[in-house]
Amino acid sequence: MTAPIVVGAGPAGISATLTLVEAGLRPIVIDEAARAGGQIFRRPPPGFTRPPSQLYGADAAAGMRLHQAFDALGGRIDYRPETLVWSIEPDAVHLQGPAGRDRLDRGPLLLATGATDRLLPIPGWTKPGVFSLGGSQVALKAQGCAIGRRVVFCGTGPLLYLVAYQYAKAGAEVAAVLDTSRFADSVRALPLLAADPAKLVRGVYYLGWLRAHGVPVHYGVRPLTVHGEAVSRLTWRDGDRRLNETACDALALGFGLRSETQTADLAGVPFRFDAGRRQYLPETDEDGRSTAPAVYLAGDGAAVRGAAAAETAGRLAAFALLADLGHQVDAAEQETLRRRMARFERFARGLDLAFPFPVDLLDSADDDTLLCRCEAVTIGSLRHAVTDLGAEEVNRAKAFVRPGMGRCQGRMCGLATAELYARTRGLALEQAGRLRGQAPVKPIPLA
Amino acid sequence: MTGQFVRLAEAGRPEVSFTLDGEALTALAGDTVLTAVLMQRRAVRRSEFGEDLRAGFCLMGACQDCWISDADGRRFRACSTLLAAGMKLVTLP
Repeated sequence: MTAPIVVGAGPAGISATLTLVEAGLRPIVIDEAARAGGQIFRRPPPGFTRPPSQLYGADAAAGMRLHQAFDALGGRIDYRPETLVWSIEPDAVHLQGPAGRDRLDRGPLLLATGATDRLLPIPGWTKPGVFSLGGSQVALKAQGCAIGRRVVFCGTGPLLYLVAYQYAKAGAEVAAVLDTSRFADSVRALPLLAADPAKLVRGVYYLGWLRAHGVPVHYGVRPLTVHGEAVSRLTWRDGDRRLNETACDALALGFGLRSETQTADLAGVPFRFDAGRRQYLPETDEDGRSTAPAVYLAGDGAAVRGAAAAETAGRLAAFALLADLGHQVDAAEQETLRRRMARFERFARGLDLAFPFPVDLLDSADDDTLLCRCEAVTIGSLRHAVTDLGAEEVNRAKAFVRPGMGRCQGRMCGLATAELYARTRGLALEQAGRLRGQAPVKPIPLA
Repeated sequence: MTGQFVRLAEAGRPEVSFTLDGEALTALAGDTVLTAVLMQRRAVRRSEFGEDLRAGFCLMGACQDCWISDADGRRFRACSTLLAAGMKLVTLP
């Protein structure tokens, strides 16, 4: 039998790997990072000394458990760190690692590729000093650095409050937390958020802590412009549409998370539109079994539900893989895991309601604002491709004016491109289509 | 020159020497190339499509906005490459 291949070593990938090893298999585990943990449980380079409680806060115990369990696997897996899956073909998986290029025979694939920040362009968002919200957390967690001396956190989602809290606690000056969601959105979402009371309480705690420490927190904000050659201030409107500005030398920007799906695309998995998450996602059953043969998905790369859900989903997807190989799996445990996933899903739906993606920002965006960072494609260019060139869907618009054509392959601008396409034509988002994944998913050396 | 990043923790690591646009500097062992540069500067490069400055963005190897060269023309993704002693980094042309 060809060995199963797990792509990604965050909570979902680790949990899936442990389950496969438990069943006597020796999976190949491919991860871009030097050490397993994913972004949430990312480990700093050797020589750093902060304890896990300081790095991962309330999730420290889960992080340590996953790290230790993975590190203890040793030779029972074929572990390939610092390695990128840059292409997948019907019979092969192509890797780029420290020793160069490699090709694996394609066994069953379990994709746990995680998420990145969900972004919308605002005027000046490419300037030095603007970082993604997740990136600002990585700077602190993995490098012990703040992204600037005086930092504004702007966007929405639970991560906005968590990272602002982590920065303030570490001694950074947090100039403001500017949430595009309204307080009423959270109230509306409470019945769904009650599915995970502990997490809800934690979110309220971060907000209370920030307020108690004098950090200005505003709701219903619309960011206007990032000023300076490098960031010097941000102008914004508050919930009553009053004009404000905040002096800062760094801006953390993020509107929730988006699933990283390019590997699933290359593996031939069909996608379906998820209206709540406003994204096309790989189509799977409740266990993470896709409709493509022998491809399974788990964690935020399948649908954003957070780290605890990812760990559960990793085990479920591994069970599906094992069952399809003819192994006996524990049906009672499977049922427990499925019930747990339903609760995580309910909470995630609540977060989508509490922190809606403020796509109306695109309506007021001027034509000069950069949409695609890589290729410097403006919002005006995309509007031109839609209105004057008649692009029938987003891939055609990409062919005309190049949004998503650059090195990031649309990871940063793809969702905003689809939103802008739909709004310009007055269509439902679903009808904009989705940018197709292309190999290589990230730049690789030719040699 | 004031950098973009500020160290809040983990400042006790050994120093590592490198050059940035010809200037001899030090960073700390375990710094990424991006951290080493942004401790000194506010940008790592210019966009290929204009004069605007870039300083990286996602810090997790997804956005590809922090590619930087050394004096020999080798290119690195700054956020996911650890600084090595003796690197000769070049930022703005």
